Amino acid sequence: MSKRYRPLIPFLILTGILIFVAVFAPFLTPYDPYLQDLEGALAAPNSTNLLGTDRYGRDVLSRVIMGSQTTLCASLLLLLTISVFGSLIGAICGYKGGKIDIFLMRMSDIFLAFPQMIFAVAAAGVLGGGLFNAAAALAVIGWPKYARISRGLVLTVRSMPYMDAAKMAGTGSIEMLYRHVLPNIAGPVLVTAALDIGTIIMELAGLSFLGLGAMPPTAEWGAMMNNGRSMIQTAPWVILSPGAAIFITVAVFNLLGDKIRDVMDPKNQRREVF
Amino acid sequence: MEVLKVEHLSKKFGSKPVLNDLNFSLNAGECLGIVGRSGCGKSTTVKIIARLMPPDEGKIILCGEDITNAEGVKLKDAYKNMQMIFQMPEDSFDPRRTLGQSIGEPLKNFGFDNIGERVKNLLEEVGLPPEFSERYPHEVSGGQCQRAATARAISISPKLLICDEATSALDVTVQSQIVKLIGKLCREKNIACLFITHDLNILPKIADRVAVMHEGKFAEEGLTDEVIKNAKSEYTRELLAADFFKMK
Repeated sequence: MSKRYRPLIPFLILTGILIFVAVFAPFLTPYDPYLQDLEGALAAPNSTNLLGTDRYGRDVLSRVIMGSQTTLCASLLLLLTISVFGSLIGAICGYKGGKIDIFLMRMSDIFLAFPQMIFAVAAAGVLGGGLFNAAAALAVIGWPKYARISRGLVLTVRSMPYMDAAKMAGTGSIEMLYRHVLPNIAGPVLVTAALDIGTIIMELAGLSFLGLGAMPPTAEWGAMMNNGRSMIQTAPWVILSPGAAIFITVAVFNLLGDKIRDVMDPKNQRREVF
Repeated sequence: MEVLKVEHLSKKFGSKPVLNDLNFSLNAGECLGIVGRSGCGKSTTVKIIARLMPPDEGKIILCGEDITNAEGVKLKDAYKNMQMIFQMPEDSFDPRRTLGQSIGEPLKNFGFDNIGERVKNLLEEVGLPPEFSERYPHEVSGGQCQRAATARAISISPKLLICDEATSALDVTVQSQIVKLIGKLCREKNIACLFITHDLNILPKIADRVAVMHEGKFAEEGLTDEVIKNAKSEYTRELLAADFFKMK
């Protein structure tokens, strides 16, 4: 790996661990995360149940591990959808300009005018709850941010002299787009996406916490916190365990985003001799 | 042989006329220096000639072909005969591509083979070591970057080289080196050169003819020595006086 990418390694390892846990969750859980044992309900952390049990006697550690799959898959899919869709719209607007730009940007202005979480709560409420509907609600309100960012970046790149130089070098429009425009806007979009993973995890968890996301008995971190909120004083492990999982995951993705931003800066593109 | 002919070129930005019925021509191996204060229309002229901006009126004839409204393949063919060196050397290179990749871009697009070897030869021709092909624009100095830009511009042996304030962003010693380099290459390769500058002192080193631009048209045009030693227009004399004080 090039020296330039070395600072990323620890964060890529941590992210890899999180993704590994999410992908192989069914094989990593010590117990069935959905198996109820009412006699052992609300057991404090012990050698058998390392993070204790919830009100139905389900092993909290198993549910946290299983919840990583639900939470991370939903968050990453949602992020992929809004970042790709939004960036594509923004790139088209920036590159083509004209009426299509005006129309799509006014649309994005309308969506940006709504407070994101309140819109998502309202939309998820109207759509009837469930993880898919919660993600759909966040997707509807989430794309304009990426459209705005990529449009601005495309406009900046388009006005650079190297675009004129590329045009005079005989480079066609499509080649120009993938050879010069996309590589120069990819960095900031990727960094924004990496920094957004944490926010999206929080928002999805927030909707689940409000009962508008994952439905029982699905193991999902926000829903688990919602189930444990009435027991915060009597059985704090029920709410603290998924809370800690959210905290760690959000921190890891935010740190990864920061490092990607450093690495993607073209000024840091130095060769080994320097 | 006439390489470039500009006929009745006009351009307005809103209601403000920037170019006003501009006419001139340029022969192979000849260098025309266009000089004038900021905002007189120099850069607009070259942007229109390079088809980076459309004119309101007029014709641009490059190597006998009318390229005023050229698009697609016809425009690409025009660029085969016309290349440009830009004002800001670093900004004229994609920051994510090495100098070698950028210099090789026109070679690749216009169907040349053995690109790696050609890029290294071009770098040597402009006085840079071949290893510079692996460097990024921010890893070299302004002068070295402008040399690389010169290598890119001459890579496909164009008939016309446009230098839009190519030395303005460089310090005085480097300016002189770049002017000498461009002049030498144009003479050796019989390239017509359109040299835009706001600095009259540079022109005797490179330009055969000088056109002094004022409010979108040529206030004076003639052989470089004649214009500098025996300026006819008041505007040229003012410009010369300003440059004289700058030298002092």
